[in-house]
Amino acid sequence: MRSLFFLLEKEFRQLLRNKQLTRVLIIAPMIQLIIMPLAANYSVKNISIAVVDNDHSTFSQKFISKITASGYFKLTGYVASYPEALSMVEQDKADLALQIPINFEKNLVRENSNKVYVAINAIEGTKANLGGAYLNSIISDFNSEIRASWPAGAMIADAPQIDVVSSNWYNPFMNYNLYIVPAILVTLVTAMAVMQSAFNIVREKESGTIEQINVTPIKKHIFILGKLIPFMVLAIVVFTLGLLVAWLLYRVVSVGSLLVLYISLIVYLFATLGLGLLISTYSSTQQQAMSLSFFFINIFNMMSGVFNSVDSMPQWAKNIVETFPPSHFIKIMRMVVMKGSGLSDIAYHLIAIALIGLVFNTWAILNYRKTVE
Amino acid sequence: MIELNHIKKTYSKGLVTALKDISFSVNHGELFGLIGPDGAGKTTLFRILTTLLLADDGTATVNGLDVVNDYKQIRNCVGYMPGKFSLYQDLTVEENLHFFATIFGTTIKENYTLVKEIYQQIEPFKDRMAGKLSGGMKQKLGLCCALIHKPDVLFLDEPTTGVDVVSRREFWEMLRKLKKQGITILVSTPYMDEANLCDRIALIQKGEILSIDTLAKIIESFPKDLYAIKSANIFKLLQDVRSYPGVGSCFAFGDALHVTFNNSSDKDVIKYLHSKDHTDVSMKLITPSIEDCFIHLLSPSI
Repeated sequence: MRSLFFLLEKEFRQLLRNKQLTRVLIIAPMIQLIIMPLAANYSVKNISIAVVDNDHSTFSQKFISKITASGYFKLTGYVASYPEALSMVEQDKADLALQIPINFEKNLVRENSNKVYVAINAIEGTKANLGGAYLNSIISDFNSEIRASWPAGAMIADAPQIDVVSSNWYNPFMNYNLYIVPAILVTLVTAMAVMQSAFNIVREKESGTIEQINVTPIKKHIFILGKLIPFMVLAIVVFTLGLLVAWLLYRVVSVGSLLVLYISLIVYLFATLGLGLLISTYSSTQQQAMSLSFFFINIFNMMSGVFNSVDSMPQWAKNIVETFPPSHFIKIMRMVVMKGSGLSDIAYHLIAIALIGLVFNTWAILNYRKTVE
Repeated sequence: MIELNHIKKTYSKGLVTALKDISFSVNHGELFGLIGPDGAGKTTLFRILTTLLLADDGTATVNGLDVVNDYKQIRNCVGYMPGKFSLYQDLTVEENLHFFATIFGTTIKENYTLVKEIYQQIEPFKDRMAGKLSGGMKQKLGLCCALIHKPDVLFLDEPTTGVDVVSRREFWEMLRKLKKQGITILVSTPYMDEANLCDRIALIQKGEILSIDTLAKIIESFPKDLYAIKSANIFKLLQDVRSYPGVGSCFAFGDALHVTFNNSSDKDVIKYLHSKDHTDVSMKLITPSIEDCFIHLLSPSI
């Protein structure tokens, strides 16, 4: 135990002496946390729309102003013909082309039905999907509005409508930051824990110092602890600063207890540092460790449900994601931060992370023994 | 103090043989030199003895402890200085020494007398990062760190490679002093001229021990008379002597050729060389050097 103290003394001395590295390790994640949620926003706004109004009636005017007033759409073209509107889509000046037919008002009043035509640029899939959906809901809204404005009794024969009214629980204003900031913080902590622990151990191999350490009576597990504890401390510092940035900049404050968050964080770091250790046992140069950890970090970032929903993935992918510690920790973060979940609510995810961590660490230690002794 | 019995080691799943059946022993308090060219297997041998590597076959003991079963005790009582500088470059001289003292459960103060003489030479730079030291000072610091826990046996893998002549001499001087304090030292070197500084030497080549003895005995065992032949044109001389029928071996050494004859009193070679238009030809009997012995042992057939 005394030698662990001396190892830690040495590790912290080296870490703090490398000012450039410490600065990057702490400041870089904060910059990313400041920039990424602002930029990587999924709530689609500013959908540019080109309108072909062949009717020029009060109703069509009302319809158009309703669309632009929604805030989602930006009227970028008010053109005379459909080909003109389509060429705007082709030139990327418009995402949607909306055609209002001749006699829009007349048919609507007389025949009680009408059709508008919408052409969507589907190159940017999400934007197209959401834009189309927004437009549809505006149209159906408009529909019921004009029905309501007509004299009572006139439409009695119509079938009764079921109107779905939903309210957004845990995030009533659909604040995107509340969803994305905790997840991005998880990816930042993950990258730091996995990569730095792996690099640090491999550095000792590369410089040959591990040779000198191995002929001393230091026990393997003490040496490994001496390597992992500094990065656990550093990761906790980064996580704490991240929570501060989330609070100050995005007004994201955890509804649930911070204690639960930190307990989960420590379990999570046990798993990610274990992965870093595992990577280090399979690499003999920092370049190898870099490539290997980059592989994992990339997969984690893309598949752990930071931006997209894991539930909509194919089953085989879901099974794989189940073994990724970040996917569980992101769920825990969202549950605790948004819902205020307690330990019993997140138990499944916490146990999953602990088990994965146990596998990583055991594997790493077995492999470490084999290669060194 | 150190015993090796039929140690074998191969790399790459048996494709590359590093050590073939090595056996020798080093006595207590001896300064033992392992001399051989690069790639002879010296470092592999050190790594096996310092418990960093497992031999494929054979047994070895250090200080009476088995390198496989008692590796933990061995690590407490040996000092090892790898061939490559292996201290923390981003720690200062003093911090390195302090670190290695503490992980052995001791302090600099406790064993200061042992390292004092060496450490005093680098003490003016004690606040300098180890990575910024010159080659000779790095070696001195390495030696201090290997000594700070007062080991019984010291393993030094090529401690003088890449070090200037003055520092090399100083370094060997230090080893002699350590030897006087009763520390057994196994040192390897690719420099033949350092052989005469060891009590006994083992010549090693391609994983095999060619000879183990004191330098004097090894030289004594050189089986033939050795002559140095000189002439004005050394390059032509080499070709001509080699083509002379009675020559056993012939190698260039500086400005002379070291030659042995199958028939040891073959003086006709001078005449032969004159007939080949050589001028300033001289030939004299010399005592073999360690290099001569090494070359002879490498190719005993000639």
